[in-house]
Amino acid sequence: MAELSIVEAINDAFHVELARDPSVMVMGEDVGRAGGVFRATAGLRDKFGPDRCFDTPLAEAGILGGAVGLCMAGWRPVCEMQYDAFSYPCLDQLITHVGRYRWRTGGKMSFPLVIRMPYGGGVRAPELHDDSPETYYVHTPGVKVAIPSTPSDAKGLLSAAIRDPDPVVVLEPKLHYRTLRGDVPEGEHVVPLGKARLAREGDDVTLVAYGSMVPLCELAADALEGVSVEILDIRTLKPLDEDALLASAGKTGRVVIVQEAPRVCGFAAELAAILAEKAILDLRGPVLRVTGYDVPYPYWQIEDAYMPSVERVTAAVRKLLDF
Amino acid sequence: MAVLPAERDLRRVIGDADGAGDREVDGLGEQELLELYRSLVLLRTYDERSVVYHRQGRIGTYAIFWNHEAMQAGVVHALDDEDWIFPSYRESAIGLLRGMPPATVLSWWRGHPAGWWNPDDYGVASICVPIATHVPHAAGFAWGKKLKGERACAVAFFGDGATSEGSFHEGANFAAVTGAPLILLCNNNQWAISTPLEAQTRAETLADKAIGYGMPGVRVDGTDVLAVYEAAREAVARARAGEGPTFIEAFSYRTAPHATADDQRAYIDLDRVEEERKRECVGRFGGYLRRAGILHDDLAESIRTEAAEAMRAGIAAAEAEPPADVSLLFEHAYVDPPASFDSDLEELRRTLG
Repeated sequence: MAELSIVEAINDAFHVELARDPSVMVMGEDVGRAGGVFRATAGLRDKFGPDRCFDTPLAEAGILGGAVGLCMAGWRPVCEMQYDAFSYPCLDQLITHVGRYRWRTGGKMSFPLVIRMPYGGGVRAPELHDDSPETYYVHTPGVKVAIPSTPSDAKGLLSAAIRDPDPVVVLEPKLHYRTLRGDVPEGEHVVPLGKARLAREGDDVTLVAYGSMVPLCELAADALEGVSVEILDIRTLKPLDEDALLASAGKTGRVVIVQEAPRVCGFAAELAAILAEKAILDLRGPVLRVTGYDVPYPYWQIEDAYMPSVERVTAAVRKLLDF
Repeated sequence: MAVLPAERDLRRVIGDADGAGDREVDGLGEQELLELYRSLVLLRTYDERSVVYHRQGRIGTYAIFWNHEAMQAGVVHALDDEDWIFPSYRESAIGLLRGMPPATVLSWWRGHPAGWWNPDDYGVASICVPIATHVPHAAGFAWGKKLKGERACAVAFFGDGATSEGSFHEGANFAAVTGAPLILLCNNNQWAISTPLEAQTRAETLADKAIGYGMPGVRVDGTDVLAVYEAAREAVARARAGEGPTFIEAFSYRTAPHATADDQRAYIDLDRVEEERKRECVGRFGGYLRRAGILHDDLAESIRTEAAEAMRAGIAAAEAEPPADVSLLFEHAYVDPPASFDSDLEELRRTLG
């Protein structure tokens, strides 16, 4: 075990996976010479050469479209989108080709590519460096989506994504890139996609979250004196570990879902719908959501007011306990 | 490397357009010329039969490629088997030139999963329906092959309208930067559904766009199969020599509606269409071969009959495909599908009875 930050764990995963499989390559804006604007790909160009850690032109659709062709030529490309909101041009390729190409060939060709990006706010950044775009990705058929919240999962889920035969999108909580440190297994470390993580066991209420909302839920749980709080870290949004969600809901009977993205049709709505369909008799109160608001992510002087907070989460839990 | 100005003059080999005589193309003997002619006739027959099949309700909406056969066959004949073709819907039947059965392409237009082919089997990517989004695929593929030290190159077919798309730009630039062995084959038929070329660009020629990417821009008469072949052969040689991509503007005129769902009388000058149809590409090449004493009536008839037979067998085979099972809704979306697919399929089967 080594104690690493999330961004160091991602870098570690790259070093291990590029050494393990010579068909894995990294491409994106500033990933090579600079090692990525967050240094997630630092050292890869020196170690594996400029072709396997490739500085692309500034063209997000071109990066992902190029990756489709690279898959056809036998490569396993990992594409970095420099920021969440800069990934939107690549949605064209994602929706029209990445999620459909295997289906279009009757399952005869696979597209084992990865798209990864830092996501989320709270970092006092300019506009469009703060978005939580997971719903766009989850909603696209044919792609999987993972969002780690710990250094160990950041390495393990990225490694799983690189090895997965389907296209996988990995969103990384940039707020905690360097603020969170934790033990990370050395060498090969894979956390299977589709398995949630019970971050904390409890009996009275379940907080369901992923990514940067998990540490927030831990703070909220600490603040809820006298309440036994369970925290379920979803980790993989698609495929979803429905069993873990239903098991926790069945155990506590109370569920609050915490999501940084805007509310309407966010992933919290999907989780709430599943609970309504499959756990209604286990529930002792309504499924509540604490989310961002349905507004553009604000300028940073007022971003704290947008973000789910300990106060908003504890208030939702108290409301549910009083139901 | 200095970037040369793009070519302005249309390259021609067949000498019936401007009064110049016929030229010969080095390395093309009688057999190769007849093979090329067979390809043109096969594509022409596919296209004309498809319009009939559509009217008979046997295939769905169909994108007509009448008078585009020369640019398709000319390019494919300049490739080796290991090279890949990235078609748009206008080149839907280009796989026939790589041994793909007509039934497969007809199934695609019938909306039947038997039209799902494996690109690896023919070196032909899936038909790209959205405009220009396959250009980056071709660039990535070509670069990926180069990185592996393989000699394969790629060709992406797209229309004049596609050059206005961001994906075209991103793919062309990506190919240039990586030195990808790629041919960008622009089918400039001067119409994007109803939008004429002059509303698409203020560039004097589309080949001029190549300058901005630092690659050669070549203009050919797109209805002169030998001119297309010759230009493509040069581009392939450049690609294999590590000199990167080439942009070829194949200039022609769209003499049929965009698709069977289109009525071009609303926007096109039908007299002009009639004029253009008189110099359509299969007849032009046939004339060239006859002047050279290579083609005669009996041979032409037997080539036509052979193609017609292939299409008769193709539509029969496509129509003989059993109805697709509903499990195909789910089967190929993922290598490793989510658990919900099982319960979704089970419920679907129950409701279907």
